[in-house]
Amino acid sequence: MSNRVVNILVPVISVILGLLVGAIVMLVSGYDPILGYTALWNGIFGDAYAIGETIRQITPYLLAGLSVAFAFRTGLFNIGVEGQLLVGWFAASYVGIAFDLPMYIHLPFAIIAAALAGAAWAFIPGLLKAKLQVHEVIVTIMMNYIALHTTNALIKVVSDGGDNTGTINASASLKSAFFESITDYSRLHYGIFIALAMVLLMWFILEKTTTGYELKSVGFNKHASEYAGMNVNKNIILSMVIAGAFAGLAGAMEALGTFQYANVKGGFTGIGFDGIAVALLGANTPLGVIFGAVLFGSLKYGALNMPNEAGIPVEIVSIVIAIIIFFVACGYVIRYFLEKANKKKEAK
Amino acid sequence: MDYVIEMLGIRKEFGSFVANDNITLQLKKGEIHALLGENGAGKSTLMNVLFGLYQPEAGEIKVKGKTVKVTDPNVANDLGIGMVHQHFMLVENFTVTENIILGNELTKAGMVNIKDAAKKIQKLSEMYGLDVDPNAKIEDISVGMQQRVEILKTLYRGADILIFDEPTASLTPQEINELIQIMKRLIQEGKSIILITHKLKEIMDVSDRVTVIRKGEGIGTVITAETNPNELASLMVGRQVEFKTVKSEANPTDDTLVVKDLVVADYRGIDKVKGLNLTVRKGEILGIAGIDGNGQSELIEAITGLRKAKAGSVSINGKDITNKKPRKITEAGVGHIPQDRHKHGLVLDFSIGHNIALQTYYQKPISKSGIMNYKKVSELAQKVINDFDVRTQGEHTPARALSGGNQQKAIIGREVLRDPDLLIAALPTRGLDVGAIEFIHQRLIEQRDNGKAVLLLSFELDEVMNVSDRIAVIYDGQIVDTLLPKETSEQELGLLMAGQKKNSNIAKQGDTTHVE
Repeated sequence: MSNRVVNILVPVISVILGLLVGAIVMLVSGYDPILGYTALWNGIFGDAYAIGETIRQITPYLLAGLSVAFAFRTGLFNIGVEGQLLVGWFAASYVGIAFDLPMYIHLPFAIIAAALAGAAWAFIPGLLKAKLQVHEVIVTIMMNYIALHTTNALIKVVSDGGDNTGTINASASLKSAFFESITDYSRLHYGIFIALAMVLLMWFILEKTTTGYELKSVGFNKHASEYAGMNVNKNIILSMVIAGAFAGLAGAMEALGTFQYANVKGGFTGIGFDGIAVALLGANTPLGVIFGAVLFGSLKYGALNMPNEAGIPVEIVSIVIAIIIFFVACGYVIRYFLEKANKKKEAK
Repeated sequence: MDYVIEMLGIRKEFGSFVANDNITLQLKKGEIHALLGENGAGKSTLMNVLFGLYQPEAGEIKVKGKTVKVTDPNVANDLGIGMVHQHFMLVENFTVTENIILGNELTKAGMVNIKDAAKKIQKLSEMYGLDVDPNAKIEDISVGMQQRVEILKTLYRGADILIFDEPTASLTPQEINELIQIMKRLIQEGKSIILITHKLKEIMDVSDRVTVIRKGEGIGTVITAETNPNELASLMVGRQVEFKTVKSEANPTDDTLVVKDLVVADYRGIDKVKGLNLTVRKGEILGIAGIDGNGQSELIEAITGLRKAKAGSVSINGKDITNKKPRKITEAGVGHIPQDRHKHGLVLDFSIGHNIALQTYYQKPISKSGIMNYKKVSELAQKVINDFDVRTQGEHTPARALSGGNQQKAIIGREVLRDPDLLIAALPTRGLDVGAIEFIHQRLIEQRDNGKAVLLLSFELDEVMNVSDRIAVIYDGQIVDTLLPKETSEQELGLLMAGQKKNSNIAKQGDTTHVE
């Protein structure tokens, strides 16, 4: 078996194993797995509307995954995607409502505002890490709570005590009449192009620029980087800021695309935390993040159809989805067995 | 014949690569048997076969005359084989006793019986003259002491055949002497030892017989008393090796590096360099001789900008570089082969190519307006790999996968190709085999012959005597004397390094009077 075959086989076998164990869970709980998986399939690919919504769901996962992956490449653990996303969400909504500008200014303005808000939010843990060696995990977790409650308060201010900012002006919207027409009025919006462009941007920064070279070098070995004359602190802050900008953009997707407003939230969206899994599933590479985001987005959205169509309770659905993802994350175990089988064959 | 271990015709393959081919090693009871070979010759592979970590493709292992199959390290333990690893396997914040009994705990009614274990360890320690405190924490004891804990660990588990893997690599000369005494004591008590090393001096000092392997092949076994370092070296490398580095007279000209009244504190804020003066001229190699811990590291860190100087000045070609940023200093014409190549010299997870660009990635032609030109990186990497004989599968191989010697050659290649006016080489040959050492020495001399200044820091007197044109002896943060290699001896240097003041020649170093 060549390396390439193994690389393709591993995710395939992982997904199949995950589906099998998920089926057992459904069987044991007294539900029909075939019915369940048919519902999942239909939820993801069933019709044009489902496909549109699945892609819409993938969009913020892409950006959240990029955010975690980017920081990771510099040796930083960005748990703060959730908070950065929330401030981005609010910033984009605010700009979308407060200004009345031509679209070619307004839309980029709203998007950039979201990126800047996320970047600013991530700048604080970056600065604390670089200057005072405060661990970024602690700071970003706390910043998540601050973001949640600050944005909730700000939404109330903006909406005069309400819990919704109201719909953004059309000139700041990512809504796509064309996508609506081909996907049976799903909420699919142009944001997917922004997300894919950012995947390309991350690849470009890491693989083509001196900045990327420095970031990776600092991530691998701070001491050697310092000795080579790199500014380690600057790179730590920069890495967090770029990661925060990606997360802020994920917020913009929700603000300008999916929802067209920002509302008071009782808790976290979960996208930021799922972003950690997306990045890790994708081994922190740009291409891998696409894979992770597609898997996460599809399963999350498709699963919504399982209670409706197959009557499986939400709790069981969550377990099944978690099992599938669990098996994909355990890909290296499968790789291990494949390689062992390989060796045996060679030995003979 | 009374052999405790016989490895006969061992062959081990990794894919298409043959790591061991037809190697025979026979260990007599009560002998110290050295296993000699260059880095990457297959010594560790062979020992891992014996220790059960690898299964051989061909060959036979006999322990005390009986053919055995060592399927895993537990089997090796049961056969009385113990390994003292080069990189210690100790839990830093456990005590000596806790480390030794780990995985083999003495229990009393289900509770770990530390007290009895500590007593047993104390007894073993006394029996072999190891002088280890069973209750000390690992993080509080010296490297040499930690190694003794490793030795005790094997003895505690009842080993009577001990494998030492490069045991002297991280020890000071004093500790090496003590280790040699310990090994002799072990033999007296009836143990047998296999000593893996590429240091000829140690082999001559302690071993009874030597088995040489070269590029995975068994070359043969010789009796130490009937051979000499020259013969061993040529057996190991496969050609004649020059120990005395051949070089012409130096023609030093202008001053390149001038260090004046430099004061540097270490990380605890204690002064380690205390008003040091030093000059290196174009076209000469200045060797710094001294015992570790007399301010050498701090001196080099201050020159290269990794540590701030408290007072004094450093200049290159008349340009002041005191407390400048590392990059400014590099650009002023300083090349640096760092003491710790894994920490400062290389980004181990980067490819060789990426590592070659580490000092120049931000400059043309390696990059332009912030965009890397990886084609140029490739070209540069190829040049380093070819010119400096870096043995690797290619520039895309991670630096981590290279042997120490090849990593060092890559660093030297990177630094030398930048053509610095001053090349600082800190312990450039530490842990390397004879072939690589010879290569690196030649490169340093080549730099000198091209009219560059070279500052060599070494703890090995041989190296300092051999390569330097002038020798500066450092003691307690000061240069106590500067000598010419042909006008001094190892004895004299040794005394100076130990702080014995010489009465002549150092009048101008007047501020050394506090030296006892």
